[in-house]
Amino acid sequence: MPSIAKPTSQQAIDALRAIVVEGTLRPGKAADEVLGVVPELCIEPAHEAELSRVLDYARQAGLLVAPRGGGTKLDWGNAPRAIDLAISTARFNRILEYAPGDMTVTAGAGVTIAQLQSALSAHRQRLALDPLWPERATAGGVVATNDSGALRLRYGSIRDLILGITVVLPDGTIATSGGKVVKNVAGYDLPKLMSGALGTLGIITRAVFRLHPLPHGSQTLSFAFHDCESANRFLLAIADSMVVPTGLQMRTGADGTAQADVRIDGIDAGISAQTETVLKLAGSVNPSAPDGDPWQAREQLWNDYPRNHQSSNAAESASRVACIVKLSMLPAQLSSTAAYVRQALGANAAWTLLMYSTGLAWLRVDAADGASMAEFIVSLRSFLAPTGGTAVLLKAPPVLRQKVDVWGDAGSALPLMRRLKEQFDPHGILNRGRFVGGI
Amino acid sequence: MPVRGAAPEQRPGRQRALGGEVNPAFLQALGAIAGEGLITSPGELRTYECDGLAAYRVVPGAVVLPSTADEVQAIVRLCAREHVAFVARGSGTGLSGGALPVEGGIVISLTRMNRILDLDIPNARVVVEPGVVNATVSQRVAPYGYFYAPDPSSQSVCTIGGNIAENSGGAHCLKYGFTTTHVLALDVVLPDGSLVQLGANTLDPLGYDLPGVFVGSEGTLGVATQVTLRIVKRPEVIQTLLAAFDSTHAAGAAVSDIIASGILPAAIEMMDRLAIQAAEAAVHAGYPECGGLLLVELDGPAAEVEALMAQVRERCLFQQASEVRVAQSEAERMVIWKGRKAAFAAMGRISPNYIVQDGVIPRTALPAVMDEIARMSERVGLRVANVFHAGDGNLHPLVLYDRRIQGQEQEAEELAGEILKLCVRVGGSITGEHGVGADKKMFMSEMFAEPDLQTMQLVRCAFDPDHLSNPGKVFPRTPLCAERPGPYVPHPLEISGEAQLF
Repeated sequence: MPSIAKPTSQQAIDALRAIVVEGTLRPGKAADEVLGVVPELCIEPAHEAELSRVLDYARQAGLLVAPRGGGTKLDWGNAPRAIDLAISTARFNRILEYAPGDMTVTAGAGVTIAQLQSALSAHRQRLALDPLWPERATAGGVVATNDSGALRLRYGSIRDLILGITVVLPDGTIATSGGKVVKNVAGYDLPKLMSGALGTLGIITRAVFRLHPLPHGSQTLSFAFHDCESANRFLLAIADSMVVPTGLQMRTGADGTAQADVRIDGIDAGISAQTETVLKLAGSVNPSAPDGDPWQAREQLWNDYPRNHQSSNAAESASRVACIVKLSMLPAQLSSTAAYVRQALGANAAWTLLMYSTGLAWLRVDAADGASMAEFIVSLRSFLAPTGGTAVLLKAPPVLRQKVDVWGDAGSALPLMRRLKEQFDPHGILNRGRFVGGI
Repeated sequence: MPVRGAAPEQRPGRQRALGGEVNPAFLQALGAIAGEGLITSPGELRTYECDGLAAYRVVPGAVVLPSTADEVQAIVRLCAREHVAFVARGSGTGLSGGALPVEGGIVISLTRMNRILDLDIPNARVVVEPGVVNATVSQRVAPYGYFYAPDPSSQSVCTIGGNIAENSGGAHCLKYGFTTTHVLALDVVLPDGSLVQLGANTLDPLGYDLPGVFVGSEGTLGVATQVTLRIVKRPEVIQTLLAAFDSTHAAGAAVSDIIASGILPAAIEMMDRLAIQAAEAAVHAGYPECGGLLLVELDGPAAEVEALMAQVRERCLFQQASEVRVAQSEAERMVIWKGRKAAFAAMGRISPNYIVQDGVIPRTALPAVMDEIARMSERVGLRVANVFHAGDGNLHPLVLYDRRIQGQEQEAEELAGEILKLCVRVGGSITGEHGVGADKKMFMSEMFAEPDLQTMQLVRCAFDPDHLSNPGKVFPRTPLCAERPGPYVPHPLEISGEAQLF
């Protein structure tokens, strides 16, 4: 339990002002809202020591804290009941150490992905990860949300690229784990534990990443298939061939046709030889000019998302509901899942499904009502569950969030996850209730 | 904070049966679970007194060899009820004393659980029991054109369960990653006896990355009873190049050149003169005599490997390699690797005793570190042979000594320890793949500050608050775990449903 009495708003401001000397403190504004909840106060600590004191105070005072980076994915997870204090890592925006010869970089949590990639490209290197909205998304935010794009096929997700991490715990402890070298098995792998933990265990202040060389060249081939089955077969054939793509996906929608995209990186000799193999595997289907950059397809799912959906006005949002769902399935299940979606949504729904050959997929659905959409999510989960698959609501209006849990069933390890949370954040001040199982 | 400060002793009622023999009633209960899979005779127990690091020895109270996950669960439940410590063990090839028994505790040997349960080639997944030998997985999927990427040098003997405990790497992890990269899901018996699934068959399972935490936890968080592994399509072409240099400096410069040119080799291994001599004496790999030998392996699409290998050759010649040759056949390639993989054991040819060290440095620090190791070696008067995964900076210095000479073992241990401290000083790690185990726990404080270690212990307290699973390993001190908090108490204003909490 909090060790001091719950402060009044003014008391909290006074106490925090005394702590945050170099950073800034201000009241929350409408623009700071997280799923309709406006933080009481917003704070930007200037360095780890300030953040440590802020968190220690917040824990003692029982303030509910919401960490934030670039603010691009704050609506992932359950809606917060309340936010007393939004803590931004915006000031942790420096690249702290870049060793091109060792191909490692240490970045402050607030460094944006674009800022990082731009610095790395000077040495023809990159963080081999393509998360959403790189101009605004931060290193810390991408770690906390475990966001990954098409490059994952070849380079893994953030858990495979992160080498070390520094977090501040709710009691103010500043803890570093992992290391600055590519290979290291000393102690528990907390960088992985923090990856995808949605800020529920500690606030990330810096991370060390392993880097890869920028490819010499890159080529994308797109193929239009009449149906998802052939597209899925094509993807599996490439995965089972000698081709080593850095992107392999199919896109489908209500019309039932499927576009398959293959990206091959490397030196010219390698690209042309692999291209030949890909063309052979495509058989009679000829490559077509892609409509724009197919590797932007994931980000485009968020385009034109109806704004009024944040409204909790039931009448308004009942008529037309849009949502974005992240699916996880087995690679051989892409077409059967697409078929299930088509059958379940019926002829009248508008939807787009982007499916990676790794078994991750993103579904955007428009124009369905809240109740039938909730039913659809539940049935989709039952469809995927037997093979270990999941369906997580990334974007959904309140009317849908009220009807269905955004995460789904976390399985037999949920009690263990709760114990981890209790150890790291015994008072539950960090993003309370937003993670799986209400953690 | 639940964990703060070292525990002077266990809380009353949670005392382990330390220092004594396991009591007869407990043994009887174990026997009821495992039947003839229970070892209690002193002679047989001795087989389990150490792992690959023979310097530490403890005879366990009993060894139990379960055949099923249910049996493992029953054994761990019994241990939890009776507060008896247990140490899970695979083939016992570990080099850090991770499978060293605990006095008064039992060893759970998983070698009987060695079935491959499922092959799913279209989805590139394999489900195995923990006692399956590493190399068996690759052999089993080879007909389909796949392999299991982590390849520790002991792969013909070591088990997947042991690999999971240690997060084993191998020569090819520069490109393919470590055990943790390839484990999707695990069934784990937690130290309280509950059986849970960590991770999933699919990517991005819900919740915390528990496989990420469990893999590499050195047996301190529970016992894996079933593992879903990812397998990898075998590359079209594998080419291996040998390059001879005058010194490890020159070889190191070539490595930097290769990496800087944007090539990501499947493996880059380096051996110094002493290591080459030993390997030659042991397996006649046909290595050229030189001061620094480089072994570079490229794999991938044929056209690409062909072109990149020409570049690698060029870089080596630019750095004054006296000889560069590419293996012309698979047999020749295997011989090259045989020499490298036999390098540790080969030390027996040139020294009566030796210590295998495992440290990591930022690759660019290699020349300076090699010089410093040479100076340290000279100062103490003990030879140090060097074998390392040069691509990722993982050093394996081998400190050679003669136990028969009074005090030399002690000196060798001190030198091996000083090398570790050197690794940490240049920004590296005390272990790249052998683990901390019993051997290096006192070096954890060289690498991590007290708050860092206490934060790691929070994980231990969540998984194993009674410290029954491989206690006394990895960390220099045993944490005092807080009592689990009582039922969740909602914030008063949460009840009232107000958004404003002030």
